[in-house]
Amino acid sequence: MFEIGLVHYLTLAAVLFTIGIFGIFLNRKNVIIILMSIELMLLAVNINFVAFSSFLNDLSGQVFTMFILTVAAAEAAIGLAILVSFFRNKGSIAVEDISTLKG
Amino acid sequence: MDGFSWIILSPIKQEIFLAVVGMLLLMVGAFRGKTSIGFIMTSVIVAILAAMGSVLLADWTPIDTLNGMVIVDGFSQWMKVLILAGIAGSLTLSVSWLRENDLLKFEYPLLVLFSGVGMLLMVSANNLLSLYVSLELSSLCLYVLAAINRDNLLSSEAGLKYFILGALSSGLLLFGISLVYGYSGTLSYVGISEFLESAQSMPYGVMVGMVFMLAGLAFKVSAVPFHMWTPDVYQGAPTPVTALFAIVPKVAAIGLIIRLLVGPFAMLAQEWMQIIMAVSVGSMLLGAFAGLVQNNIKRLLAYSSIANMGYAMLGLLPNVPEGIAGTIIYLTIYMVMLAGVFAILMSLKRDGKSIENIPDFAGLSKTSPFMAYALTGLLFSMSGIPPLAGFFGKFFVFQAAVAGGYMVVAVIGVLTSVVGAYYYLRLIKVMFFDESAGPVDENKSLSRHLVVVASIAFILLFTVMPNRLLDHALQAAVSLYP
Repeated sequence: MFEIGLVHYLTLAAVLFTIGIFGIFLNRKNVIIILMSIELMLLAVNINFVAFSSFLNDLSGQVFTMFILTVAAAEAAIGLAILVSFFRNKGSIAVEDISTLKG
Repeated sequence: MDGFSWIILSPIKQEIFLAVVGMLLLMVGAFRGKTSIGFIMTSVIVAILAAMGSVLLADWTPIDTLNGMVIVDGFSQWMKVLILAGIAGSLTLSVSWLRENDLLKFEYPLLVLFSGVGMLLMVSANNLLSLYVSLELSSLCLYVLAAINRDNLLSSEAGLKYFILGALSSGLLLFGISLVYGYSGTLSYVGISEFLESAQSMPYGVMVGMVFMLAGLAFKVSAVPFHMWTPDVYQGAPTPVTALFAIVPKVAAIGLIIRLLVGPFAMLAQEWMQIIMAVSVGSMLLGAFAGLVQNNIKRLLAYSSIANMGYAMLGLLPNVPEGIAGTIIYLTIYMVMLAGVFAILMSLKRDGKSIENIPDFAGLSKTSPFMAYALTGLLFSMSGIPPLAGFFGKFFVFQAAVAGGYMVVAVIGVLTSVVGAYYYLRLIKVMFFDESAGPVDENKSLSRHLVVVASIAFILLFTVMPNRLLDHALQAAVSLYP
C-alpha cells in the first residue's frame, strides 16, 4: 500500500506556499485575495512545522504552529483594519488603484 | 519542576517593565480618552529613559534566560541603548508635529512603545521562536503606525503596502525557519550551531532555510531585492512615523541579522557572505542611483536609507568583531544624523504646510539660516565629508571590508557614496543658491531645536574622540564571539 511520508507533506506545503506567493503577485483584482494568499502561505508553513514535529518526535514545532496561528489572526485583523481605512479614502480596493504613491 | 523563580526574569526586566507600563497606560487612555494624551506621552518617554538608564547600569556579562529563549550580553545591551534612545528621540521630535497636524492620539506613543519592546527582544532573541514573536510584535505595531493618519489617502495606502509586503516577508521568514527547524531538529540558536558543527555532509536543508530567512529579514532592513516598499512607505506615512521607521527598526533588524549570522549560522559563513555581499552591493548601487532623480525629500531619504543599509552590511562581510563594531558605530552615527535631519524637516513649514519637495527648499539660507546651516552640516556628514561623524562611520566599515579582503566591494562602496553625495549636495545648492521660494514659518518647538543641536554637536564632536565609542563597540561585538 502507498504510504504518506515526510516528503509528501513537504511537497504539499511547498506547493501551497508557492501558490500563495503567486496569488500575491499575479492577482490584479482584489486586495482581499492578497490577504487570503498571505493566510495560505502561513498555513503552508504550519503544515511544514507539524510534519517536521511529528517526524522528529519533538513538540516545539507544534508549539511554534500555535504561535503562528495566533500571530496570523492578529495580522489579519490589522490588515483588514488598514484595508477598511484605505477603502474609506479611496472608495475601491482594486489592486490597480493602490498606485497614488510611485516614482 | 521546581518552583518558579523570579530570578530568571531579571535579565529582561526592562522589557517587562516597558510592556507593563504600556498596558497600564493603554487602560488609562481607554478610560480617560483624549484628555490623557499629555500624561501618556510624558510617561512613555520617562519610562523609556528609565529603561535606558537601567540597561546602561546593568551588568554586561552574557547570560541567557527563559530556557535559552533570550540572551543578554554586551551586544544586546548596546543595541538596546540605541533602540531606546532612538525611540525616545523620535517621540520627543514628533509631539509638536503631531499636535500641529491634529494627529496626537494616545495610541501613538503606546504603539511606538510596544514596537520598541518587540525590537528590544529582537536583538536579544536566542531562539527561532522568540525571534519570530518579537519580530512580529514590532512589525504589527509599525503597520498600524504607517496608516495612523487614517483620513489621509497616502497614509493608508502606505500602511496597506507596508502591511502586504511585510506579511509576505514574514511568510518567507517562517518558511525558512520551518526548514531550519526540520533539518536541524531544534529551534534554539545553540542547538543549530551544534548541529552544523557536527554535520557530516553539507546541510542543504538548513542552507535553503537560511536563504529564505535572510530574504525575509532583508525585507525588514529594506535591502535591495526587497526594498520596493521603502520609498512609498516613507513618503506616504506621516513624517514622525517616517522618522521612526528610518531611525529605529532597521537598527533592531540589523542586530537580529548579526546575531543570527555569527551565532547559529557561523558554520555557513562561506554561504551567507555571498548573500550579504550581493545584497549590500545591490543596496549601495540602487540607493545611490535611484536617489538621483527624486524630487520628494522623504523619498530621497528612503533611497538614502537603502544605500546606508548597504554600507552598514559591509561590516558583516569579514565576520570578525572589528567589522561588527564598524557596523554598530555606523548605525549609531546614522541614527543621530537622521534624527537631526528629521527634526529639521518637521520644523520647516510654509503657510502651515510641511515642505516636502526639494524646490521648496530654495533660498532657505536667507529665510531660515539656522535650519539651512544645520541641514547643510548634517547632509555633509551623511555624504561622508571628512571631519564630520558620517565620514568615520563609512571609514570604519570600509576599513573592515578591506581588511577582510573585500577590496572590490569596498571600492564599489566608495564610488556609490560619491554618487550619493550628489543628491545631498544638490539639496545644499538649492538652499543656498536658488531664488527664495518665500519665507518659512517660525519653528516654535523647543524639543525639535534641542534634537537638532544635539545631533549637530554629536557629528562635530565625534572627531575629538572616535576611539572611545569604537572601544565600547568593539567590546560589544566581541561578546558575540565566544
